[in-house]
Amino acid sequence: MNSAFIRCRGLTRIYTRGTERITPLDALDLDIDRGRFVALMGPSGSGKTTLLNLLAGIDSPTEGELHVGDTAVHALSRSRLAAWRADHVGYIFQLYNLVPVLTAYENVELPLLLQSISRSERHQRVCAALESVGIADRHRHYPRQLSGGQEQRVAIARAIVTEPDLLLCDEPTGDLDRETATSIMELLQRLNRDEGRTIVMVTHDPATTRWADTLLHLEKGRLLEHEEAPA
Amino acid sequence: MSRLLRLVPVVFRTIRRSPIRSGLTITGIAMAMYLFTGVEAMRSGVNEATEAGAGDSVLVVYRENRYCPFTSRLPQWYADRIERIDGVRAAVPMQVLVSNCRASLDVVTFRGVPDDKLDDSLDSQTVITAGSTDDWKRRGDAAVIGSALAARRGIRVGDLFSAAGISVYVAGILESEEMQERNSAWVHLPFLQEAMRRGGTGGFVTQFNVHVDDPTRMDDIAARIDDTFRHDERPTSTSPEKAFVGRAARDIVGIANFAGILGWGALAAVFALIANAIMLAMRDRIRDHAIMQTLGWTSPLIGWMVLVEGALLGLFGGVLGAFGAWLTIQYGRFAMTMEGTSIEISTSVWTAIIGTGLALGLGILAGVAPAVRLSRRSIASSFGAV
Repeated sequence: MNSAFIRCRGLTRIYTRGTERITPLDALDLDIDRGRFVALMGPSGSGKTTLLNLLAGIDSPTEGELHVGDTAVHALSRSRLAAWRADHVGYIFQLYNLVPVLTAYENVELPLLLQSISRSERHQRVCAALESVGIADRHRHYPRQLSGGQEQRVAIARAIVTEPDLLLCDEPTGDLDRETATSIMELLQRLNRDEGRTIVMVTHDPATTRWADTLLHLEKGRLLEHEEAPA
Repeated sequence: MSRLLRLVPVVFRTIRRSPIRSGLTITGIAMAMYLFTGVEAMRSGVNEATEAGAGDSVLVVYRENRYCPFTSRLPQWYADRIERIDGVRAAVPMQVLVSNCRASLDVVTFRGVPDDKLDDSLDSQTVITAGSTDDWKRRGDAAVIGSALAARRGIRVGDLFSAAGISVYVAGILESEEMQERNSAWVHLPFLQEAMRRGGTGGFVTQFNVHVDDPTRMDDIAARIDDTFRHDERPTSTSPEKAFVGRAARDIVGIANFAGILGWGALAAVFALIANAIMLAMRDRIRDHAIMQTLGWTSPLIGWMVLVEGALLGLFGGVLGAFGAWLTIQYGRFAMTMEGTSIEISTSVWTAIIGTGLALGLGILAGVAPAVRLSRRSIASSFGAV
């Protein structure tokens, strides 16, 4: 039995636009072990973001199977998918995607509102998440009052506050300067190494791949290259 | 359930932190609900003044084909003949003088009754809350003032009070279940007749208020009174008091019925305002909702937030508007008076509560379609729409 944390078998996604069929992901087979830091590269339209969305349960495959841990993600209904996402997935966007009318604290608190935990525990976990990304002193600030790097730290705190098994990052440094990008990548690496979180990161920037231990190249929806450093 | 409740503060923050949009929407709802509550108060006053109750036992005898207190003149001695009719308990001759014959919000209506008939002319539940009827009996120019009129004009016991060209001494304030009593000044009949210079005492009065023993025989007794004077020089037209008010104030009743349409219009405006505000908010927050769904919020939860937002907007606007109108009416003590009959613009706190409930319900209703639409939308399409 295959013990990989993420298992894709014949994973296919087809979009239909009028009479045109677009296949961003074409019968992909892929295994990723628990605790890996995977960098997903490839040209635009190669299927990176589609794969990320399928891994996050945001989108559903047209064909094939996707297992994450013990869960057959491809077979989940929309509502079960949402519940699974809330418990197991943290998602970090390129443009941070914080809710503008909520403070940093309230943005991080959002995923916890879905969990049946007490207010004090919620407070404790939000504070711990903000502390771990080094942004605790800005918890009362609104997104518009934060720099890009600070916003991304808040977004990372929001992604890890539920302690998910899987962190998915869609070009997390794509909108940041080099120095800030380095600090964000170091933060992700710490989350991977110290806390053992599995990270799958889409990136265009070869410089950010040095923090990853696995490099995947996608092209036209297929896996072109799979480089893996020893665990 | 607790999860749903946990999301209410998030929606509240969203409303509070979009102050211009929320403020404008809530102001619009408040104005519409203010109008609605005002209209309902007017309609409630008309209903109270004109809808007959099972216990009503007063007939008003007026001069036939006369509709104004200045033109209805009946000989005072009719009272004796009326009292001889079987089923009549008392007939109180009453002279009516109004400070303004047109429809107005602040008219003083003087009702002159014989010295020994004040109690007969008032409802059995009426009480004197300040001063006394003994004082009234002792002074010829004394008046007992209805509580609504006293509150409207700031009148107290011991004051000298002038209206319609006559001055009276305030001997007492009365509180009554009857709208006409709350809005009148009760004076001595001879005093009022003298003041009006219409033949002196024992001459003519405007009307007779006839108290009957059995409320179920009102129509029968009214017909017999009119039959008694049918061939007299001054024939009468007798009707139950509520019907008389309805006839005398028919213009106001007509306006109130028309205002009812405005009330429905106000509710439609509330619905449109909330629906518009929510549609605009949904358009602005497509990305936020997609983010929340990515974080694990289900579509029904997002839909629930939309419903809560509509409900909160309706609730805030409803409370402001309906209770604002209630307070205005409560302290203003307005009464529309026409041809000597008064119709109070009155409302209970229940009207404000019902108004708020309606605004709340409309808020939820206005959120249903956007909530359903939003809950059917996929995350990918939401992000794509930004």
